[in-house]
Amino acid sequence: MSLDIILSILEENWPSYLRGAYMTLVIAIISTIIGALIGLFIGVMHTIPHRKKSMKSVILKVFNFILTVYVEIFRGTPMIVQAMVVFYGLAAYGLELDRFVAALVVVGLNTGAYMAEYVRGGIASIDKGQYEAAEAIGMSHFQTMIHVILPQVFRNILPATGNQFIMNIKDSAVLSVISVTELFFTTKSIAGANFRFAESYIITCVIYLIMTLTATFLLRYIERKMDGKNAYKVEQKQSI
Amino acid sequence: MEKVIEIKHLNKSFGNNEVLRDVNFSVSKGEVVCLIGSSGSGKSTLLRCINLLETPTAGEIIYNGDNILDDQHDIKQYRTHLGMVFQQFNLFDNHNVLSNCVIGQQKVLKRSKEEAKRNAINYLSVVGMEKYVNAKPRQLSGGQKQRVAIARALSMDPEVMLFDEPTSALDPEMVGEVLKVMRKLADEGRTMLIVTHEMEFAREVSDRVVFMDKGVIVEEGPPAQVLVNPTQERTKEFLKRTLK
Repeated sequence: MSLDIILSILEENWPSYLRGAYMTLVIAIISTIIGALIGLFIGVMHTIPHRKKSMKSVILKVFNFILTVYVEIFRGTPMIVQAMVVFYGLAAYGLELDRFVAALVVVGLNTGAYMAEYVRGGIASIDKGQYEAAEAIGMSHFQTMIHVILPQVFRNILPATGNQFIMNIKDSAVLSVISVTELFFTTKSIAGANFRFAESYIITCVIYLIMTLTATFLLRYIERKMDGKNAYKVEQKQSI
Repeated sequence: MEKVIEIKHLNKSFGNNEVLRDVNFSVSKGEVVCLIGSSGSGKSTLLRCINLLETPTAGEIIYNGDNILDDQHDIKQYRTHLGMVFQQFNLFDNHNVLSNCVIGQQKVLKRSKEEAKRNAINYLSVVGMEKYVNAKPRQLSGGQKQRVAIARALSMDPEVMLFDEPTSALDPEMVGEVLKVMRKLADEGRTMLIVTHEMEFAREVSDRVVFMDKGVIVEEGPPAQVLVNPTQERTKEFLKRTLK
């Protein structure tokens, strides 16, 4: 194992590595967004006010039960198994998904199951007083969510979302079982051709690290931006 | 005098716990009414029932002649006529001072942004916070937060202002600035209903003091009567405990 070999592998295969990394990143980004949207939807569904024993409350109960089943199934089974079930299982019933679409479905639903819990926690962490204040000035539940609660929830769940994004960059490697041409699958082909397993995978390792570290830095930056300045300007003259 | 809010036979229970029992009382236009009583006497619950943050178990709440507990009554519309100030301020943490006072006007009253801003700045000057329009709630002291909360409520141009122990969460040196603002509002002739533990303040500003104990109104009348020469035994006891 030497640096020379690593460099020569890189020289020969860099377009493949790049394509693999690109695919990994695309899957991670899109599925994190899908997951965050699912999580937000489930989190908000749980907050909808309803009177006991009304029709609305029954419908909500059934709906929330289905959502809970979804969350538990996806959190309780390995993603590698989910990938097999979604891709080959659906194919057996005549629904042949594109590999890339299947990848987004699996990682997206998986992320959604975790995000649902983060969002629920994020909403619960906002003190009840702000809901009451919004209610007291006549805002609807929907207006309160959009203008007061969710902006704060976004900030609260940002670190968890970032974490999930980094997990998705790494865990998308399991999608190689359904032959999605992401970074790990690509490396397998490269190593399979040159029989330099260690060197080929060291390159992959570095690429994963570059992606995850960049994501970490970007997220820190966004968090700081969102928090805004600590100082505020005192208006000296009447302005409007 | 014209009654703005009239409450008839109001009951409120939390489970088996009866918090309000057959409460009857009213607030007239321009009147400043202070609700006093020990903790757990039901005064905050009464205030919260009035703007339906708590749903009464039984009884009527009549606002300008309409029973708002009727099923078809528009509660959101009704709430815009009541300005609520909370013990814990409850400012919207993601909005700055100006935006806290603008958002309700814009989204609920559908005022234009310019009109809402002008109105908000006007009331922020009333409470002396016009210089802090850009500050976020977390950057303000308790007294400043409460003054912004008062401006937020006023910005909706409500008919009645409700105060739920507005100074109870404040450091002693900040109580004064908030009471000063409230005194100013009372002098302007606003209709105000205040739950408070500040006996001195209640004596000075209120037209009427209502003493509650164990979910019922024990005694009500002008402050000179209720606070100085109470007729009921329970009022006397309460005052002896609080005015030392």
